[in-house]
Amino acid sequence: MSDTMMSTTDRLVYMANQIARNFAIEGEEVAIEATRRHIRRYWDPLMRQRVIASLAADPAQFSDIARGAVEALRDAAG
Amino acid sequence: MAWISETDLGTKPAPDSARTVSLRIDGDTVTVPEGTSIMRAAALRGTNIPKLCATDRLDAFGSCRLCLVEIEGRAGYPASCTTPVTEGMVVRTESAKLAKLRRGVMELYISDHPLDCLTCSANGDCELQDQAGAVGLRDVRYGYDGANHLQAAKDESNPYFDFDPAKCIVCSRCVRACDEVQGTFALTIDGSGFGSKVVASADEGFLPSECVSCGACVQACPTSALIEKTVTDIGTPDRAIVTTCAYCGVGCTFRAEMRGEQLVRMVPWKEGKANRGHSCVKGRFAWGYANHRDRILNPMIRESVDQPWREVSWDEAIAHTASEFRRIQAKYGTRSVGGITSSRCTNEETFLVQKLIRQGFGNNNVDTCARVCHSPTGYGLSTTFGTSAGTQDFDSVEHSDVIMVIGANPTDGHPVFASRMKQRLRQGARLIVVDPRRIDLVHSPHVDAAHHLPLKPGTNVAVLTAMAHVVVTEGLADEAFIRERCDWDEYSDWAAFVAQPERSPEATAALTGVPAADLRAAARLFATGGNGAIYYGLGVTEHSQGSSTVMAIANLAMATGNIGREGVGVNPLRGQNNVQGSCDMGSFPHEYSGYRHVSDPATRTLFETAWGVSLDPEPGLRIPNMLDAATDGTFKALFIQGEDILQSDPNTHHVAAGLAAMECVVVQDLFLNETANYAHIFLPGSTFLEKDGTFTNAERRIQLVRKVMDPLNGYADWEIVQLVAQALGLDWQYTHPSEIMDEIAALTPTFAKVSYLALEEHGSLQWPATDAAPLGTPTMHVDGFVRGKGKFVVADYVPTDERTGPRFPLLLTTGRILSQYNVGAQTRRTENVAWHAEDRLEIHPHDAENRGLRDGDWVSLRSRAGETTLRALITDRVAPGVVYTTFHHPDTQANVITTDYSDWATNCPEYKVTAVEVSPSNGPSEWQRAYADQAARARRIETEAAE
Repeated sequence: MSDTMMSTTDRLVYMANQIARNFAIEGEEVAIEATRRHIRRYWDPLMRQRVIASLAADPAQFSDIARGAVEALRDAAG
Repeated sequence: MAWISETDLGTKPAPDSARTVSLRIDGDTVTVPEGTSIMRAAALRGTNIPKLCATDRLDAFGSCRLCLVEIEGRAGYPASCTTPVTEGMVVRTESAKLAKLRRGVMELYISDHPLDCLTCSANGDCELQDQAGAVGLRDVRYGYDGANHLQAAKDESNPYFDFDPAKCIVCSRCVRACDEVQGTFALTIDGSGFGSKVVASADEGFLPSECVSCGACVQACPTSALIEKTVTDIGTPDRAIVTTCAYCGVGCTFRAEMRGEQLVRMVPWKEGKANRGHSCVKGRFAWGYANHRDRILNPMIRESVDQPWREVSWDEAIAHTASEFRRIQAKYGTRSVGGITSSRCTNEETFLVQKLIRQGFGNNNVDTCARVCHSPTGYGLSTTFGTSAGTQDFDSVEHSDVIMVIGANPTDGHPVFASRMKQRLRQGARLIVVDPRRIDLVHSPHVDAAHHLPLKPGTNVAVLTAMAHVVVTEGLADEAFIRERCDWDEYSDWAAFVAQPERSPEATAALTGVPAADLRAAARLFATGGNGAIYYGLGVTEHSQGSSTVMAIANLAMATGNIGREGVGVNPLRGQNNVQGSCDMGSFPHEYSGYRHVSDPATRTLFETAWGVSLDPEPGLRIPNMLDAATDGTFKALFIQGEDILQSDPNTHHVAAGLAAMECVVVQDLFLNETANYAHIFLPGSTFLEKDGTFTNAERRIQLVRKVMDPLNGYADWEIVQLVAQALGLDWQYTHPSEIMDEIAALTPTFAKVSYLALEEHGSLQWPATDAAPLGTPTMHVDGFVRGKGKFVVADYVPTDERTGPRFPLLLTTGRILSQYNVGAQTRRTENVAWHAEDRLEIHPHDAENRGLRDGDWVSLRSRAGETTLRALITDRVAPGVVYTTFHHPDTQANVITTDYSDWATNCPEYKVTAVEVSPSNGPSEWQRAYADQAARARRIETEAAE
């Protein structure tokens, strides 16, 4: 059996970090907003809820940029 | 020869010339462009000078001596095909002397030709027969007992056509077609004089030869020396319908030549603007799957996937489908269901499936197979240029001076366009190939790449950035273009980034594997060599940085001023026939047709008004997210039209787990594909021959698909979706796909002027077709980018997380082969298996030797995701450290090896980079055995008759 099967939550965290890494070249402030905007634009609501929930559970999983973006999503969601 | 011969003017049109020439032909004054042949000028007047070796698809040859004419003031009888018109020329095409000469020539041909016209397969469809009549041949003075070729053995090795040398007149049309049109140079005239004969390669027969079975030779043959087996078996066609091929994204148009209700042959349509009368082995010949015994023609249902299928009526199947989706949504919520559209289906069918999901299911959980191929193209080109499509038409390549092919293998994946490209390369255009493999274009007859950059898989962005480094630091950027057409500040930021020393070819050579000097030379050539065009494929998109690579390509094109005119541009080569169309039609979960986001209130209101429902403003799930949600228990039902995600999507274990977790999987397809092993409802699909609609090819060209026979399953696919929608309570009342296109046009600004009437009138339209451009737009971004200013995006190289190491030291990359098509559902059910009966693993001799492997050995291929077995093909086409395979055969299931890593922006899977190990094997893997058992059980069908 595959040893690359991630749980959905792990995959969402991975995806957020991956997006953040690709925007990182633009500097942290711009990258945080770009990452937030990307997730808001392309992720379905349940995916966003889960990644926000995983931030509360374990913030250390996220890079600084990804964490900033998910925090912004969380704050916007109220 | 094709039935109801299209008008053949004998020679090609004159090269573009503003000057015209007037002459007299048989007493009439004719005015034609300078450079026109006498034969063509006469044909334009309506006079068909007898000919055998001439055809307007090929360069004039002047060998048959049948087309002789008299020219006032000139001695002799020149061949009209090779003699250009001149001002004031006076030509006679008929005289007693000409008639005698032509009869004499024809007499010689016929003296060495079988006199079996009445029983010949081509009787009534033979140019030799026609011309014998045209020249008035009534007798052959030489008899038939002399030396001849009548006993020459037939070559029946090719599965689709026969070669009968006894009927060959050695006119060289087949040889010239292979050279000039296809560019394979597989045929030749062997021997000389009376001993001359056509041979394939070194006279080894057509099948074992280098012939790629494109059919150009068969089409060119004026006799039945080369003839389709189907014509021999069925008889000559009696009518023809023009339609569009359902294989790759080139979008070739064909004349489906029929006899009664039976398809006899597919002949490429000379007027087709995508293929210009050419074809490949798939479109020309591999249509037999339409009548294959494996086709499922009755709907089937079952409660669970461990049960056998039960055939049911259409009424029961449709009602059951609707009730299951409603049940599941009532129990698990509106967003617990979704669907997948297919790039193999028409625009109209695709539009209806996404409409079914948005209007009927009430969510945006719709995705398409473009997710796994060109979704990064949409993201990258939309971001940089403002539109999610390629910039050129195919004709544009005729004006290119430097052609850069990145991560594409056109001779296998897009063979008809590859032939056009090779024609231009033979005229002198320079070629740069960026690919880990030495694809055929790198070195083939009369084509040699100026540069092949054999990069390590996964380093596209680093290579393209290094090329940009050379352009910027050596002052080769087109500043005037950039200042006028792009945002200068963004360019400056980008230029500063790529100019950093660590981005240079020298600094990145160890990483990319590309020697710095080669990369510098290639970059200089692209920037300074004239019109530079970039063509790319899935070797660009199917990476964790697929979108970044597309943007890096766009950056390079803008920086060198290679956008907005013929001969240049950024050209994604689309894999399937309607990838462009399925994306255009709103198949992605975040956007409606025309690439407008679901959150945009104005667009949403437009659709809500048209469809009479409130629409979900939130993006839906992509395919991999649907599978994740299914394993989590929040996604329970999936409607899949024309797509086999179990075989085509990455990490088969993940796909299988997702499908197995759903309560209702509906598969609408021609065959019980691999995904159907996990389906609960099977709705039989119809082939492209059985329905009307449109496909949109890689150049944004919308072309009609015309029904040539009734659907064997009873319904076209759009009708089946409409039945499901009606069962869900939606008031859909389409009576013809043209009405669906009218709705698309009304709701999609770029399609505003598209209608079946307009398509019939113009043959095709390239979107955008708007009030400003009612006849479509062959070249995009001519006066400005769609987004306004072209956007330079800083695309940083971020290495993939898929890494080689001691356990998995090799990199696997995947691709496809000429004779097979994607998951092979169609081509595996044709005679194309003669060329590719199994997937093989290409491995470099050094890597093979290190593992004790010999050519043809069974090997185990393992990655972190899974394991399979297949046979080895030892070749230096791949570099040491890289292995390659195709994914056409479910017995191999190459995607059990590929991982879940995907493009950062779009989740397009990273098929092209998988760390693997290869070792000797003596049989199928445990997974392959288990899979075969499960598949056999899942495909059982109860024998009880349908209602």
